[in-house]
Amino acid sequence: MSETNILVAGFGGQGILFAGKFLVYAGLINGKQVSWLPSYGPEMRGGTASCGVIISDTPIGSPIVTQPDMLIVMNAPSLERYEPDCARNGRVFIDSSLITRELGRSDLTGWYVPAAKMADENGLTGLANMIMIGKFIKETNICAYNDIEAALKKTVPERRRALYDSNLEALNLGYNYRR
Amino acid sequence: MSIVFERPKALSDAATHYCPGCTHGIVHRLIAETLDELDITGRTVGIAPVGCAVMAYDYFECDMIQAAHGRAPAVATGVKRALPDGVVFTYQGDGDLAAIGTAETVHSAARGEKITIIFINNAIYGMTGGQMAPTSLPGQITQTSPYGRDVQAAGYPVRICELLSTLDGVYYAERVAVDSVKNVRMAKKAIKKAFTYQTEGRGFTIVEVLSTCPTNWGLAPVKALLWLRERMIPYYPLGVYKDMGGEAQ
Amino acid sequence: MEKVLMKGNEAIAEAAIMAGCRHFFGYPITPQTEVAAYMSKRLPKIGGVYLQAESEISSINMILGAASAGVRAMTSSSSPGISLMSEGISYMAACDLPSVIVNIQRGGPGLGGIQPSQADYWQATRSSGHGDFHIIALAPNSIQEIVDLTQRAFDLADTYRMPVIILGDGILGQMMEPVELRPNISANPPEKTWAANGTGGKRKKNIINSLYLKPDQLEQINFERFKRYKLVEKKEALHEAYLTDDADIILVAYGATSRICRNAITQARANGVKAGLLRPITLWPFPVQAIKQTMQRAKAFICVEMSMGQMIDDVKLAIECERPVAFLGRTGGMVHTPEEILAKIEAVDRGETA
Repeated sequence: MSETNILVAGFGGQGILFAGKFLVYAGLINGKQVSWLPSYGPEMRGGTASCGVIISDTPIGSPIVTQPDMLIVMNAPSLERYEPDCARNGRVFIDSSLITRELGRSDLTGWYVPAAKMADENGLTGLANMIMIGKFIKETNICAYNDIEAALKKTVPERRRALYDSNLEALNLGYNYRR
Repeated sequence: MSIVFERPKALSDAATHYCPGCTHGIVHRLIAETLDELDITGRTVGIAPVGCAVMAYDYFECDMIQAAHGRAPAVATGVKRALPDGVVFTYQGDGDLAAIGTAETVHSAARGEKITIIFINNAIYGMTGGQMAPTSLPGQITQTSPYGRDVQAAGYPVRICELLSTLDGVYYAERVAVDSVKNVRMAKKAIKKAFTYQTEGRGFTIVEVLSTCPTNWGLAPVKALLWLRERMIPYYPLGVYKDMGGEAQ
Repeated sequence: MEKVLMKGNEAIAEAAIMAGCRHFFGYPITPQTEVAAYMSKRLPKIGGVYLQAESEISSINMILGAASAGVRAMTSSSSPGISLMSEGISYMAACDLPSVIVNIQRGGPGLGGIQPSQADYWQATRSSGHGDFHIIALAPNSIQEIVDLTQRAFDLADTYRMPVIILGDGILGQMMEPVELRPNISANPPEKTWAANGTGGKRKKNIINSLYLKPDQLEQINFERFKRYKLVEKKEALHEAYLTDDADIILVAYGATSRICRNAITQARANGVKAGLLRPITLWPFPVQAIKQTMQRAKAFICVEMSMGQMIDDVKLAIECERPVAFLGRTGGMVHTPEEILAKIEAVDRGETA
């Protein structure tokens, strides 16, 4: 398939939009066509947040992700809302420290990562998003492991070194997570 | 023979359209004399209002812009921000400045825009034919207050200098009148001070000029001057309301 | 040139700066606020002016003042704010002042909503204020086109001495795509000898004015201005034709909607229906000739808009109603899905053109 539709969803403040931006840069570095479209409005301010990311070999038409091939969810309401929309045989990445149930649809493949818990345990509170992204890259090969640092450099300004280091640590933690 | 009196260079030789006895002409002259004396005509941009002075762009020799009703202070803001070394003034009546353009007036003052506003308060809408203005006096008969301004129904007049002087952004606010030679001289002094402050980059300056409208007041010119003196000045006391550069009341 | 990722709203702001715009006046409203936020961050650092006005009425008049003084000035807003600007836009058109106005449309009427919409088409192309006048309306559909067209907007405004509106929507404003920040401006913009920026004692005064009490004089001025509009119509209409050469069914859509149409067209062609897209890039002047040409082969048109049907009038006028024009609209902030557009294409292909 030449076009991959990804949806990242969770609470405002979990770094949902940031995680999406990272994926877009990862795609861009690989010479792909990319787009990023956030939900916007009052929900930005504390409610649910989501963003659609498209990575494609051909020019992108609609930037709206209506049937995600890949879904990353970081809270229970997002799983309720977006599981039914997933494309057939889609792949779903779930923060299992915040979402207790498993996938209902049998055609979907799920990965369960206790990202919020792992973040807290490793002194990376607030970076569960990047732990999820690490696991996502490992399982989907949306970009090569070697591209992670380059994409992160685009997403986090060089001058914020501490932030860069902790993000990289979170990405590695997710990448190397084994259930 | 020497010339003892002539038209200021900043005033064009166009015949004005103002009614006989109207005091707009006096105020125009005071502004033009100021532009001459400060030698700033070449770097001045004036903003004409909607109202009787709408055609002021024909009467001054500086660059002029004709603004929408009430918007002159916003236009002046745009000009001044584009030409920080220019001198920018608006010339506005009471309906323009104190009704439809209140927000523009108050906020240009609050921002401390380095502009000069010449505010002509004659307590009536002149150009549209004598309707009640935001500054019409209680009890004043106009076309739209035929039984006299009833403050219970139509509310109270707005005192602009008093109101603006509470704003930190205002550098200079003075109310003058043009009903007598003495007061005209005071008005000139105030206008010149306002422009001088602007050229020094001090801040927002406004001169409110109590003026007559013989036509719409239904009074002969001399009686109109008396009406201004006896009715308007008690309600709108003359004086310096704010002067960050010198004497304050 | 390296590609950078930018939100549409930020791209508008950066492109304006590239075009030499150093004066921005605005008032906050969703979903365009990033334009103002970007300008407030960048302009003070490059000797420019960012000013938050007390209302859209004031911001448009500040633009009027700055444009009168001869500088490139811009404001941005969203639908309800543009309504407040109508008065100023009319005055600027009447004073022959160049300026760039951005409308990142949201659902209406009234306060409406904050989700994407294209319901201000009539406002932009027909009635952006009182009186006889036009403004140029540009409708980009990608962030790259935003960068290119926003710069072009300043040149068009200066060349024809008229306001130019950039009509976007919440999707374009909020989405990010990679862009090349490539220059797209004239090296020799016209000299503004008409500006009210002080005579310097060297020339006669300039007057920026829209008052003409003699009707014959006003009529002549309007005649002259419309001669200029004719020139704009002749020279500046822009469009993109996508798979129209062999198309039986032509979709007409602009902005974000045109992108969704492309998805539907891909699917329709996979199903054996030859559909194509004619995308107006300028909404005024409307690309009449381009649409007429597609009529040689096409048997029907479908106008797809995030509105109850506004541009469809221009499509019907362009083809002088010689083909059926079906309509598919969403409104209130709802966005088409490719599937519903595909269903419409297939219905029209079956002859259901109502």
